[in-house]
Amino acid sequence: MATLDTAPRPVSPAAGATSATGRRGTRRRKRRGNGLVGWLFLAPFAVVFLLFLVGPLLYAFYLSLFTNGLATGEEFAGLANYSRAFTDPAFLSGVWFVVRFAVLVIPAQMLVALLAALVLDSLTTRFAKFSRLMIFVPYAIPAVIGAVLWGFLYSPNFGPLEQLFGESAPFLLSPDNLFYGLTNVVTWQWAGYYMIIIYAALQGIDPAIYEAARMDGAKAWQIATRIKIPMISSALVLILVFAVIGTLQFFTEPQVLLPISNGSITTDITPNVYAFNLAFRFAQFNYASAISFALGIVVFIGVYIFLFLTRKRGGFLK
Amino acid sequence: MSVLSSPVRADDAVHALREGRRARRPRRRRTGSHLFLAFLVLYFVLPLWFLIVASTKSPGGLFNSPNGALWFGEEFALFDNLSTLFTYNDGIYLRWLGNSLLYAFGGGIGATVLAVLAGYAFAKFDFPGRRISFALLLGAVMVPMTALVIPTFVMLSEVELTNTAWAVILPSMLSPFGVYLMRVYTADGVPDELLDAARMDGAGEFRTFFQVALPLMRPAIVTVLLLSVVGTWNNYFLPLAVLSDSELFPITVGINLWQGLAGANNGGGVSLYTLIVVGSLVSIIPLIAAFLGLQRYWQGGLSIGSLK
Repeated sequence: MATLDTAPRPVSPAAGATSATGRRGTRRRKRRGNGLVGWLFLAPFAVVFLLFLVGPLLYAFYLSLFTNGLATGEEFAGLANYSRAFTDPAFLSGVWFVVRFAVLVIPAQMLVALLAALVLDSLTTRFAKFSRLMIFVPYAIPAVIGAVLWGFLYSPNFGPLEQLFGESAPFLLSPDNLFYGLTNVVTWQWAGYYMIIIYAALQGIDPAIYEAARMDGAKAWQIATRIKIPMISSALVLILVFAVIGTLQFFTEPQVLLPISNGSITTDITPNVYAFNLAFRFAQFNYASAISFALGIVVFIGVYIFLFLTRKRGGFLK
Repeated sequence: MSVLSSPVRADDAVHALREGRRARRPRRRRTGSHLFLAFLVLYFVLPLWFLIVASTKSPGGLFNSPNGALWFGEEFALFDNLSTLFTYNDGIYLRWLGNSLLYAFGGGIGATVLAVLAGYAFAKFDFPGRRISFALLLGAVMVPMTALVIPTFVMLSEVELTNTAWAVILPSMLSPFGVYLMRVYTADGVPDELLDAARMDGAGEFRTFFQVALPLMRPAIVTVLLLSVVGTWNNYFLPLAVLSDSELFPITVGINLWQGLAGANNGGGVSLYTLIVVGSLVSIIPLIAAFLGLQRYWQGGLSIGSLK
């Protein structure tokens, strides 16, 4: 039992080297293990996975194949709900909205996150450390609260914009400004989280590389664009994937800001808001399931293609 | 990722790395960089500052403050507001806070336990169906979770589980990304040699896991726990869909309920706007405190998924 007692003690560098070079040996040993034990460890997750991921997906698909009318009852309809969805202007405009929104908001939040992380990585002052935490803080605030807060700040009744601009104050949730108003809320909410991931990746780069580049006469911005950004490309790909998945299922902010937007946020503004209102306002669960399923499939295929195209940099699908 | 491949504590190694860097870096004042950071800090803190200031104002002062929305008014009503918040509607706010804690820790701890076990299985065992299971897992990371909410609601209503705490906790225990993080960390952070040595000394698989592997997985465990607790605490769509009794609401759905009522002037003599403001302030304190207190864990841990 001696090994057990000393296990958590740091192992000598020699042992670490063995683990790196002995890959092939490891694999052979692994295969000898009893297959059943692996499944025992995996089983609890597998059960939850089947019940709450595979189950709802299959069930959504099943539900989407039926229609439910008051007079007719539940009727098998084949793919009618899907052909309805893809000709439904409310659904299509929602998809178009989130796609346009993604094109604006994802570069915005990634640019803020990347610039902040690059600056923070180049500084070691106490103020930089403090800034890092402050920029990250919105991640710890629920999106509902974030949306409520920005709703207050945008409010013509007691927000600061009125006091700054007087009568001509812009209402950031008016139809013309809505896009920017929402972009601001989402960027504020997520840029800090992305910044922390990029920052952690930057901190993992061996500083000797910068030293070498500096000796070769590289300037700070060259080190940033030619060394730092390429070396953290897998972190950037990961963030981009998160951002795409998150933006296409945009729900919380428009749903929370809907009552105070004076009608510029409609109940079909994004596919998720539309599906929610179909299900819980109009009890159209079958059609709502078709929209959920269609959205899920579209996002899945889109992200899969993206990851496949960037697989050399991402390292996610290896 | 050499930092993760040896059993030496990952944050120690990162720390050592940073120390070395600081010594080598020329000390220069970077005014432009600091100005840029100051601007960012102002932007990210602005809504919080507004929240703190607004929490100290009386219901009337919230709308008509002599010093504007971003500075304190003449009176200091924070404690009055807090007592209104905790007594309004028989203390419904405290119930919501308790519900949020229950859901976040129930779902978060559950998700973490499942992720640790499954991540260990994927990293350290070669069982039949491993490759296909892992491919399924990676696919699941890309499934938008909100697409599951409506079918989950219909499914749960058929077994009469909607409008119970389980309806929020059980689906929150699903965290494919948590499993992925645990697998990536465990593959390098727990050396096979140690596990084999333990087995050779006669330890069973479960003893090997609990006494050898688990202690080494700690940094990743804290990260996954924090991420899943935050995810459940911040969740809005799922509880909004599966709960209808306001006694069961978590804080997010509760505050949103007040916001809807406030717009309709439906507070019954109490300014709901004040309650929303103070309620928001109180609700964000626990998570911010947790993040500040656990900094050294999550700052390194968040990079696990992206460093390869």
